[in-house]
Formats: sequence, C-alpha cells, structure tokens
Amino acid sequence: MAEEHPEQALWVYAVTTGLAAERLGTDRGVGGAPVRPLTEGELTALVSPVDLAEFGEEALRRNLEDLDWLAATARAHDTVVTAAARAATAAVPLRLATVYLGEDRVRGLLAERRADFTAALELLAGRTEWGVKAYADPDALAEDAAAPAEGSGQGAGTAYLLRRKAQLSAREAAQREAAAHAEHLHTALARLAVSARRHPPQDPALSRERGWMVLNGAYLVDDDRAEELARQVEALAGTRRGVRLELTGPWPPYSFAGVVQ
Amino acid sequence: MREVDAAPERRISLVDLLDRVLAGGVVLSGEVTLCIAEVDLVHVSLRALITSASTLERAAADG
Repeated sequence: MAEEHPEQALWVYAVTTGLAAERLGTDRGVGGAPVRPLTEGELTALVSPVDLAEFGEEALRRNLEDLDWLAATARAHDTVVTAAARAATAAVPLRLATVYLGEDRVRGLLAERRADFTAALELLAGRTEWGVKAYADPDALAEDAAAPAEGSGQGAGTAYLLRRKAQLSAREAAQREAAAHAEHLHTALARLAVSARRHPPQDPALSRERGWMVLNGAYLVDDDRAEELARQVEALAGTRRGVRLELTGPWPPYSFAGVVQ
Repeated sequence: MREVDAAPERRISLVDLLDRVLAGGVVLSGEVTLCIAEVDLVHVSLRALITSASTLERAAADG
C-alpha cells in the first residue's frame, strides 16, 4: 500500500488524556512490538509498529479469518487498552486493526479530531464499562407457560396433537416472555448507567451456552456506583425462574467510544 | 477503573472480547487509515470463529 512511504506503519490502541506512561505496566503490544506514547497537545495516543506484510489491508483480511491470529491480536490489543484505561484519566479505545502510516499521520489525527476526542474523554472519565448477559432456559420457561391439559376424554392421537400444539405455543409464549423480561432487565440496569447499549446476542456455537441469550448489554457506570450495579444484577437474577444473569467487567469503554467521523 | 480494579489477569471469554473489539471502539474514517470496514471485519472474523467452534465441537465429540 505504502511503497512510497518509508514511514513505519503504526497500530493505534487508544487515545488518552492524563496518561502516566510509567504506570502502564505493559510495554509489548500486537505481535510483541514495543508500545510507545505519542503526544500532541493534551492528548496521547498509544501505538506500536507493525509490519505491513502482516497488517496491511490484504494481509489483515486473510489473518482475521485465522482464529488463533485473531485471538492473539484481540488479546494483545485489549491488554494495552486496559492498561491505558488504568494509567490515564480516561482512554478512548480504537477499533481493532486501526493502522496508520507514520507518526505524523497519528499526530495529525490527534490535532484534527481534538474536539471529538476531548468530548469523548470527558464522558468516559471516572466511568467504567460493565457487561450483563442474560440466558433464558427455554425448557423452564416453556414449562411455566404450558398449561397442563392432560387427558380429557379424546383419543390418543388427538391428545398428542393437542399436547404438541400446546408445547409449540408454550415455546412461543416463553420466547415472547423472555424478550419482555430482557427489556425489563435492560431498563433496570440502564437506570444506574450514564449510557447503555445492547450488543446482538452471541451465537450459541461460540458461547457454548444452551440457553437463549436474551440480553447482551453494556453499561457505562460511574465508578462509585459499580457496587450498586453488582447488587442490582444479583437482585434481578432472582426475579424470574429460568433466567440466569452474568456480570462481566470491568471493561475499557469499548462500547461507548462512538464514531469519530 | 481505579476503584473497581479486577484481578491482574482477567480471564475473559474471547467471545465477549470480540463483541467489543470488533464492534466497539472508535472507528476513524479517512484515507490515512487501513481500518477495515466494520461490516467486513465482523463478518470475516465471525466466519472464522464459527468454523473453528464447530471444528472444536466435532473434535470434542470424537475424542
């Protein structure tokens, strides 16, 4: 891509303010390359050099389909972003695989988008992202929804058909109810958050979960309300039989970094 | 994050992490970045994941 550019390609992890680089605690990033801060005004980006043979546009497309490569890259990215969020007043994570050609380009980005980054950093300071997932056990919910209408004088065939029909509509009812409950959970959790969003449910093939994932929520919460959120998750977990909740985090604010045009 | 520090070694599920690093974070547009379009990135990565997840499951079932 950049044959005419002798500059180094740089992977960008996050844009921070008030970064105490000595508190970062990690100095290796994607591909084991050394991470360094690049400062422009009051903003500091964390970057590390990458080889375009592995991280250029075409190579990236290929490598992203390799699960081992993807997993290692995602974890390396997350390690630096997490360290940045801890060592700075606030950090805006960048989308995985953001690669710039040369230091000047990164500095130019920081200068050009200063207002956007500053606004995003103000929103994120003193706040942390938490994840809450809810799984519904289809059988338990359908059992509750099914009215046990056993043998009332019909022949065996009719009874079977009626039972089958009841099972199917019980399943539909359970699905509707699970969706409504998920909405209720999200609303209750969002009340404790300054911002909330729902990720699409995860594929069961990936999450290895038998239950339906009815909620995959992310909540940006003031740090002094984190315990309140944990208590709320516990309280909500007991409100519906057949629905299990899982709290994850703390996360860097990946879900609330927004889009900088 | 200071008051709610996690254990130094977070054991986080790859799926939860990919939800965030592939679909979250700031997307910077402009000619200077090689950042792959959102849809492409999520699509190719998930295809990789699903393929390997079913491979793993088959391996587990066989083994």
